Amino acid sequence: MSTIEPLEDLGGPAQPLLAVNSLTKHFPIGGGLFAEKKTVRAVDDVSFAVAKGETLGIVGESGCGKSTTARLLMHLMPRTSGEILFDGQVVGYSLSMREFRRGMQMVFQDSYASLNPRLTIEDSIAFGPKVHGVADKEARALARELMGKVGLRPEVFANRYPHEVSGGQRQRVNIARALALNPRLVILDEAVSALDKSVEAQVLNLLTDLKREFGLTYVFISHDLNVVRYISDRVLVMYLGQVVEVGPVDQVWEAPAHPYTRALLAAMPALDPDKRTETPPLSGDPPNPIDPPAGCRFHTRCSFAEEVCGRVGPALSPATPGDTAPDAHLAACHMVIPGSGHSRAPAATEVAA
Amino acid sequence: MAMTSDAALEAAPVEKARGYWATVARRLSRDKVSMACAAILILIVLAAIFAPWLGLADPYQGSMIRRLRPIGTPGYPLGTDELGRDMLSRLVYGGRLSLLIGILPVILAFGIGTSLGLLAGYLGGKVNTIIMRTIDVFYAFPSVLLAIAISGVLGAGIVNSIVSLTVVFVPQITRVAESVTTSVRSLDFVDAARASGASALTIMRVHMLGNVLGPIFVYATGLISVSMILAAGLSFLGLGTRPPEPEWGLMLNTLRTAIYVNPGVAALPGVMIFAVSICFNMLSDGLRSAMDIRN
Repeated sequence: MSTIEPLEDLGGPAQPLLAVNSLTKHFPIGGGLFAEKKTVRAVDDVSFAVAKGETLGIVGESGCGKSTTARLLMHLMPRTSGEILFDGQVVGYSLSMREFRRGMQMVFQDSYASLNPRLTIEDSIAFGPKVHGVADKEARALARELMGKVGLRPEVFANRYPHEVSGGQRQRVNIARALALNPRLVILDEAVSALDKSVEAQVLNLLTDLKREFGLTYVFISHDLNVVRYISDRVLVMYLGQVVEVGPVDQVWEAPAHPYTRALLAAMPALDPDKRTETPPLSGDPPNPIDPPAGCRFHTRCSFAEEVCGRVGPALSPATPGDTAPDAHLAACHMVIPGSGHSRAPAATEVAA
Repeated sequence: MAMTSDAALEAAPVEKARGYWATVARRLSRDKVSMACAAILILIVLAAIFAPWLGLADPYQGSMIRRLRPIGTPGYPLGTDELGRDMLSRLVYGGRLSLLIGILPVILAFGIGTSLGLLAGYLGGKVNTIIMRTIDVFYAFPSVLLAIAISGVLGAGIVNSIVSLTVVFVPQITRVAESVTTSVRSLDFVDAARASGASALTIMRVHMLGNVLGPIFVYATGLISVSMILAAGLSFLGLGTRPPEPEWGLMLNTLRTAIYVNPGVAALPGVMIFAVSICFNMLSDGLRSAMDIRN
């Protein structure tokens, strides 16, 4: 349907569309004449992969590095270290930045701030294709076609300005804009968080439909666990710039392996009034990412913390020992690492057996 | 796809979308003070442009026997100056030069300052440091002193005063442009444009310019009155226009000696400068509130 050809599938279905290795972003702060130079460890040694056609949900508290991760993946800010492979290609080497831009797009949280107030909706959607060499007339036709796909009647909305449409409609425009370059992967950074519940549901259904129609892969960032569960195939839980748990969404929901994930899930308000949450599952704010705790970053708030937790940072390990599948359920907790020294850890002999 | 929540919006009559500037113009046209100021300015500008066809006396033709006639003298509705030249004619003709050196430096500085500020604000980092610190050097001098210094170095003349006034205003406009650009730069739509793979130049042209122009424009309109007063000051000091050229600042200077003889006539050029400055200031204020659209 589009005048822009999608990027070619290079590695086949087995190769992850997006592979992230040890992604790190440190923001230097201070460092004046007398002030001590400090760094905010916004994203610290994050690794994950997104398979072709799946939806990876990323959840975590505010300030845990979700949005920074999104911007790093989009190459909108330079990373401190680590590598990002798009279908096995390194951006800037085997894949040009221009081609990469076509392959990966993003929908931002603030539907108003992410649209230029001086451009009509049609102009905003047609901008990307025009940048990639599509003639003005065709780009406009494409914009109108995409408006139809996201449920906005072109004859009504094409010439409107962002402030003349509702929040849900604006987010549809943002989705259409992201799709205008015919991307393979779309990052949805809190894309539905600012919408009313009923509109949110409509947009979520739209996203599901579009995914099927265009064969998209999503990275869905949200703090709303219900939404993440609804839309994701796999989920990744972040805490203070690190991955604490990752796995298929059903497994993580049914058997969360990390105490932080358990606390997050317990903090979800239940619909049944008999099951209301009586005691707060997690108290206090997350520690300052300028000076994160040594060892496991969660040990300051964890009710299972032991001496080893403050000393050694646990690596991501299979929640069921011995599970080595590519989409295995992993958790970064000493309680799942055999022989870690934690009293609740499985015995080292179990693995050997 | 039916959307109940959107039904009301869709059912609304489909009007032709009104652009931002059209909305601003409509709001401004409802502001009586701004419209009155605009009318006065247009009158003065038109009079200056069409001066030769208004049937006025020769502004250069003096008469030794009719010097310093008071306002209201038959044949000289606004009196005569110290050389017996018709004041009305000289004030109308004086508007040509005074308005030119009042407005042109601001237009030039608007172009240069907006470009520099946009570059500094959008690119940030080292480019920002180089541009803004250079600008700060000029900014450190009081504008009157800077204008006099540059004019003094370049020598007297209209072109030189335009150049010196432009140099005075570029740093100020760049400052404003840079701060507006920096705030717009942080909005998500700029990142979205970057994510679409557009070059920095395209983003600045399509996405930044339209959003930063408004506040800079308002600021620049306010500078026109400053420019007129500075230009008058330069002429007063003999660094701008030269006699017998009619120009308000220069006229104020030459009539200064007659202030005890005929204060009414001596004040007239000042009244013109004041009227034009205040009109531009009021118009700038009106524009500011007309552009402050909150839906």
